[in-house]
Amino acid sequence: MALEIIESCVNCWACLPLCPHQAIFAAQPHFLIDSEKCTECSGDFRAAQCASICPIEGAIVDELGEALNPPGSLTGIPPDRWAAARAEIAARQVVNKWSISGH
Amino acid sequence: MDLPVIASSVAPSGGCAAGICANSISQTGGHSEDLTEALRARVEDHPCYSEDAHHYFARMHVAVAPACNIQCHYCNRKYDCANESRPGVVSELLTPEQAVRKTLAVAAAIPQMSVLGIAGPGDPLANPERTFATFRELALKAPDIKLCLSTNGLMLPAHIDELAKHNIDHVTITINCVDPDVGAQIYPWIFWQHRRVLGREAAAILIGEQQKGLEMLVARGILVKVNSVLIPGVNDRHLVEVSKIVKAKGAFLHNVMPLIAEPEHGTFYGVIGQRSPTPAELQALQDACAGDMNMMRHCRQCRADAVGLLGEDRGAEFSLDKIAAMTIDYQAAMALRADVRAQIKAELQSKRDQAAEQALKQAEQARAAVAPQLLEFPIRPVQPAGRPVLMAVAAKNGVVAVHFGHAREFLLYQASEAGARLVGHRKADAYCAGDDSCGDGETLLGRTIKVLEDCEVVLCARIGIEPWGRLEAAGIQPNGEHAMEPIAEAVMAVWQEMLAAGKLDPGRAEAKRA
Ligand code: SF4
Ligand code: SF4
Repeated sequence: MALEIIESCVNCWACLPLCPHQAIFAAQPHFLIDSEKCTECSGDFRAAQCASICPIEGAIVDELGEALNPPGSLTGIPPDRWAAARAEIAARQVVNKWSISGH
Repeated sequence: MDLPVIASSVAPSGGCAAGICANSISQTGGHSEDLTEALRARVEDHPCYSEDAHHYFARMHVAVAPACNIQCHYCNRKYDCANESRPGVVSELLTPEQAVRKTLAVAAAIPQMSVLGIAGPGDPLANPERTFATFRELALKAPDIKLCLSTNGLMLPAHIDELAKHNIDHVTITINCVDPDVGAQIYPWIFWQHRRVLGREAAAILIGEQQKGLEMLVARGILVKVNSVLIPGVNDRHLVEVSKIVKAKGAFLHNVMPLIAEPEHGTFYGVIGQRSPTPAELQALQDACAGDMNMMRHCRQCRADAVGLLGEDRGAEFSLDKIAAMTIDYQAAMALRADVRAQIKAELQSKRDQAAEQALKQAEQARAAVAPQLLEFPIRPVQPAGRPVLMAVAAKNGVVAVHFGHAREFLLYQASEAGARLVGHRKADAYCAGDDSCGDGETLLGRTIKVLEDCEVVLCARIGIEPWGRLEAAGIQPNGEHAMEPIAEAVMAVWQEMLAAGKLDPGRAEAKRA
């Protein structure tokens, strides 16, 4: 029984000091949970501490790969809105490149 | 959730904004002379708080506290790109030992460095071990450095005793609201007592702890500055209320900063298209909240890891590998630092005395200019001698010294009969890099003009013909005749010329304000 940190983790450090079993460690390219040590906080806290402070949706998953903080649950940004914004930014960057190489 | 702390001190709202502000002025004006004097003495060599000291003294921040315990809609911890210049976003995370070493290295090399702050990324009090380890060592090894920290306030009451133990005389709390309904639109969640709390409940807890923390700090004699982020449509009008409350509770300064939101930042506000305030909106709100505390107008929202005088980033000189190679004799450095500080203080004092004399003379001259009328017709309503004029100045070290095209920022002065008063600053991109890479010059110039649109005059050391024409067309008079003169003198000279030319008659040309 253990949680897992996956690649969307941004290494923000928030979870690390909270773990009651020091199961979390700073690693590259992202933080990791030692599955031997993690108890999912059972017996210590009502909610997994790492997942209760993690600001990134989807960065912490359970053994089934289910995100403890699913998309839209923390930022309040609906996923389709995010996707539209990203597309818009990408389009703008292409235009910028064109105008810069223009002289 | 009830918030008795706040509810009891909030005057019933209603009435116009101007009415509320008049209250806040009389409130702050109610401080005893002694307190104000003592405060001034404490902040006068603080580069962030004193208008003239920031030319001489330097501050630095170290990033030792990465974790954060709340989410703000204007922040995204994912983002740390090279172009990033928002406060709180830095690249180099230090251990407490590295931070202490870096601070000593900088303090030894730059004797003017007087303040060390722990701010973002993250919240210093969400990383209490790292933060206090740094402060403890520095208080011991470098007692001549002032320590300060910036916090969201959530954990302030919990750590107040530890804080009070160290050499900490300034705490900055970011307070964006005192009403949980407003807060719910700014903070989606907080981490509190081992769980994530969402929405209005989260905002109510945060607000309660912030206000409690503010009161506890003031009670312990620690200076408190309050920062607020102006978010149009969310907390803009509400900030006048915030200002009134935090000042009544003893905050010595309230600094309102603009929201910076771009989709690229990936923040909630950026993505949903929440707009940032215009420079004029920001200024109007700063005026509304100013009271007698207008010391913060020069805040440049410096990078959190910036080293050096405000506006000048010397961080690269003190990277980890460079400081590891340095030998630091801090005892010797401390003696040098004391000398430099004494010199600067003497220089500042003489400048302040001169300025006071100058202001007195100007006030007398201005009075002389209108006096005859007043004496002859004492019953007639007093004619204002000339309306106030907003001027932008391309300045460096207190003098009009920068070429218009090289200016990265303009100081805003309001000139009036009462003299020249610094009321703000505006960032610009230097559109002329001095070589032939001015490809974007045209659009940048347009942006600079937009940023200065509510000014009537821009003073600079020199200016090209093209921008001159563009500025004039936009109703802004360029002026390059006061190069290398002290700012206040130059600004007042221009104002006197305008007055003499009849451009400031009250009936005339309120064009810029319409
Ligand atoms: S779930 Fe609990 S025990 Fe497991 S890593 Fe997270 S904080 Fe540690
Ligand atoms: S809190 Fe989330 S994003 Fe931050 S380090 Fe931990 S897993 Fe990564």
